[in-house]
Amino acid sequence: MKSDQGVLGIFTYLDTVTDAVKELKNNGYEQLKVFSPFPNHEIEDVMEESPSPVRYFTLFGGLLGATCGFGFTVLTAMSWPIPVSAKPVVSIIPFMVIVFELTILFGALSTLIGLLINSFVRKRAPITLYDPRFSDDKFGIMVVCPEDKIKNVESILKSRGAEEVKFDTVEY
Amino acid sequence: MSQNENNSFTYSQVTNDVVRMLEKPTYKWWALFLPTLGFVGIGMVCFFYQVYTGLGVAGYRHPVFWGVYITNFVFWVGIAHSGTLISAILYLFRARFRMSIYRVSEAMTVFAVLTAGLFPIIHLGRAWNFYWLFPYPNQRELWINFKSPLVWDVFAVSTYLTVSSVFFFVGMIPDIAAVRDKVTAVPRKIIYTILSLGWKGSHWEWLHYSRAYLYFAALATPLVLSVHSVVSWDFAMANVPGWHSTIFAPYFVAGAIFSGLAMVITLTIPLRKIFRLENYITMDNYDGMAKLILFTGGIVTYSYATEILLSWYTGSPFEWGQTYYRMTGPYAPLFWTMIFCNVVAPIPLWFKKYRSNIKVLFIISLLINIGMWFERFNIITMSLSHEFEPGAWGIYKISWVEAGITAGSFAWFFMFFLIFIKTLPAVSIAEIKEILPVPKKGGNK
Repeated sequence: MKSDQGVLGIFTYLDTVTDAVKELKNNGYEQLKVFSPFPNHEIEDVMEESPSPVRYFTLFGGLLGATCGFGFTVLTAMSWPIPVSAKPVVSIIPFMVIVFELTILFGALSTLIGLLINSFVRKRAPITLYDPRFSDDKFGIMVVCPEDKIKNVESILKSRGAEEVKFDTVEY
Repeated sequence: MSQNENNSFTYSQVTNDVVRMLEKPTYKWWALFLPTLGFVGIGMVCFFYQVYTGLGVAGYRHPVFWGVYITNFVFWVGIAHSGTLISAILYLFRARFRMSIYRVSEAMTVFAVLTAGLFPIIHLGRAWNFYWLFPYPNQRELWINFKSPLVWDVFAVSTYLTVSSVFFFVGMIPDIAAVRDKVTAVPRKIIYTILSLGWKGSHWEWLHYSRAYLYFAALATPLVLSVHSVVSWDFAMANVPGWHSTIFAPYFVAGAIFSGLAMVITLTIPLRKIFRLENYITMDNYDGMAKLILFTGGIVTYSYATEILLSWYTGSPFEWGQTYYRMTGPYAPLFWTMIFCNVVAPIPLWFKKYRSNIKVLFIISLLINIGMWFERFNIITMSLSHEFEPGAWGIYKISWVEAGITAGSFAWFFMFFLIFIKTLPAVSIAEIKEILPVPKKGGNK
């Protein structure tokens, strides 16, 4: 288990947050987390994260649903064939309704699984520092750094407008 | 919501206003809730009486064996639709007027589907065997008939309930976290902490959340169109005059959104007044909804006209006989009530003056709710009571058991809604904040 220091800066203004992130990145700090009460594109742009892999979960779930829907209807129809008036036992058109519904169902459920795995389980570094005001009206930046860099991070955060700075140990 | 951009809302104010709604229920809330519970009880007593006595007490008589229960089923599935329209389709179109009302309409979707789901079971002679509708492995390798529209319905409605519940819950996670961070009382804090799933609002969470939300919306959009299409095929697939029509799917979907929007207006007007949410649910929101009602109402009116024209144009005496029967037969007052409520009543909404008058909107929304219930009743029972053979024609009358269960179903819906507005954030905190001007030290350019 690795142990580092976490430094949290609390901000009121969005532009000061994005400026602080840029400066921290320029100084080589990559382990950053930015908190905000709502999703924001400016934060997204400055963090330069790669696109969310949730989309693969959606695609996989949708394809799995379509396959299951198709397989299920066809195989159950064939397991006990009841021919009616020379109509086909495997009748694709009505089965498409089930295929469609299961595509959506599996797609949505696997999107949910993708969301839970990516945002709550695969967190990279744990969030040990949090302030309840982040869900209300404040922004925050949490930096994970070695112990000897704390002062440097604190001075960057304060110089960029952090109103408060907190510290804690991060184990991950 | 555009008014909000000009006034002086702060982020804190938004959080506090929404959290304030979750305070201890007042006597007014109890005054609404207790009678609601009473009606749910009446509905349950009627249902158990019907189970004990048999379906004969439901007023089913030859030739009408689909009556008020199926009407209620279609009505409630329809009500659900506008919730998904507002939360998913308008999200994809980035329509800002949805922001303050989408949570309420999404809740309405979930509760309306929960209500709708009761009726196919109530309608069964042996209700305890309802699980026969689902495919499950059994010793005899018997499977359900996937060619039956009723089985499509099972899949469509249960998928719809699952997906809309997931969409509803996921949409609420950041807001539940905001409530968690505000409340202090211990049992509530623990409940909201568990429900928020450890949400912290980091950019990492928002990144995945925004993507997932987009995909939920993208999946819910075709789903909502498919659900009422499938419901309409319950009828359109059968060779019954008045049912066997290719326009049924779009006709039902438009009608569903039309009635659902009316229900959103009916629910949000008192909600806005009671919780003093005039700054959030503004007249702009109602203006947007009224325009959508006009649009979908236009499609409904057009469908009525097409149905009549086609029944005459096909030259089928049975089709025209059905249309003539609807207009002049024993159920004619119901038909003309439907025409008045769905075609004539929304006409004032063409004028801005009436779209911005809250009383007019409320009355029109109530009329549309009534009209759309009658539309389903007309389609279902009138068609069955007047099929091909004159010797097999008959009249269906609603029994007191059916009336009790119907009243109970409305109460069941409102019971969930009343619990919802006191326990979960009824206005989206995060989305409202998203459209407020962002605080910047350098000022907003």
